[in-house]
Amino acid sequence: MSEVLIVPTGTANLASIEAAFARLNTPTRIATGATDIDQANHVVLPGVGSFGAAMEAIKTHSLFDSLCRRFDEQLPVLAICLGMQLLFEGSEESPTAKGLGIIKGHAARLTGAIRVPHMGWNHISSSGFVLQSGYAYFANSYRVESVSKDWSTAIVEYGGKWIAGIEKGPLVACQFHPELSGEWGLNMISRWLRC
Amino acid sequence: MLTARVIPCLDFVAGRVVKGVQFQDLRDTGDPASLALQYEDQGADEIIMLDVSATAESRSSASSTVADVRKRISIPLTVGGGVRSVDDVQALLESGADKVSINTAAVANPMLICEASDRFGKQCIVIAIDARKYHDDFVVVTNSGTQQTLLRASDWAMQATTFGAGEVLLTSWDRDGTQSGYDLLLIKEIAESVQVPVIASGGASHPNDMVLALRAGASAVLAASILHDKLFTISEIKNALKTAGYEVRL
Repeated sequence: MSEVLIVPTGTANLASIEAAFARLNTPTRIATGATDIDQANHVVLPGVGSFGAAMEAIKTHSLFDSLCRRFDEQLPVLAICLGMQLLFEGSEESPTAKGLGIIKGHAARLTGAIRVPHMGWNHISSSGFVLQSGYAYFANSYRVESVSKDWSTAIVEYGGKWIAGIEKGPLVACQFHPELSGEWGLNMISRWLRC
Repeated sequence: MLTARVIPCLDFVAGRVVKGVQFQDLRDTGDPASLALQYEDQGADEIIMLDVSATAESRSSASSTVADVRKRISIPLTVGGGVRSVDDVQALLESGADKVSINTAAVANPMLICEASDRFGKQCIVIAIDARKYHDDFVVVTNSGTQQTLLRASDWAMQATTFGAGEVLLTSWDRDGTQSGYDLLLIKEIAESVQVPVIASGGASHPNDMVLALRAGASAVLAASILHDKLFTISEIKNALKTAGYEVRL
């Protein structure tokens, strides 16, 4: 199995992601530059922390264009949690920061009579290849509101229904953490690795 | 629907899991990584590890123990005990923690919560509050329960979450390790004071206690003694929660 490249988004906790891939006997490496991203078979875009800081980290490492290119060319990417939000144009969390803008739309704060962050296991409904129904682990205060129809979606309910994940061929993004979602999450990652 | 979480807590010292009563008289209850994995197999929703010697003995949490546990489990891991600085938080995250809990140091320096939360995100920062009944109030105790403050637990919970803590780990010092049930009044008071999830801790003796804690407003229930002593398994607890009408991940 060829190695999986992890995009350094700064503050992300990478140990859990590395541990998940290790359990699937798949080596991982942190990307050091744009060439890395261009050449990798599989790229993970993780994200913990704030939208603005993560976008800064992507720019600091000059990874903006190469990430966008992978989406144009439909090469395997798995964007996790904040990583999913980065694919959109922006977020209410960091109003001045510009996202990758690969997908139209914004991330907004969860609202309603609910406790925020949305923390714990919630059931997602999905009928994709990578994204399938089951219990997934979430830890988020923001979520994307809508996505264009060419993406297949996974739906979750917390303060209304919203998008837990999106998928188009080998391009997959999820608001939850597959690397922390037990056996179910490992199975999901392994389906993505087969893309 | 978001499920009710059941979280085993591994108090550890020098690489071994221990459990005491009211934070004292610690006895050895096993190896952290094998216990954590066993609990994941039983259906644990997360694992919390607290280095219970860290504050008293002025040393930072044992990162190799954390790394061992991280490699074995594929569910979230929260680590706390002796966390004093943003660097301590970072070191634990690098070792494999997904969330870090801060207790004594945050009471002394609340700005630590802001700094850690700004840098790592609020979903990553847990404020651990140890509280005990004092006259008609609940007050905060620190340094593994050895120092009593005059800080009201609900005031502190509000302040700490305003400063950026994304979750409250609420332990009743009075009930810790006593298996006399959670302090439901304490849970209710804190859950009503904050917008973030509250993890109820201290005193669980029976799955019924957990139902009551959820009813009092907790989003998650923590247990140590009843699990380490094999009085109940996590699946037994979850089945009891389900029977009581709570959605759980089985």
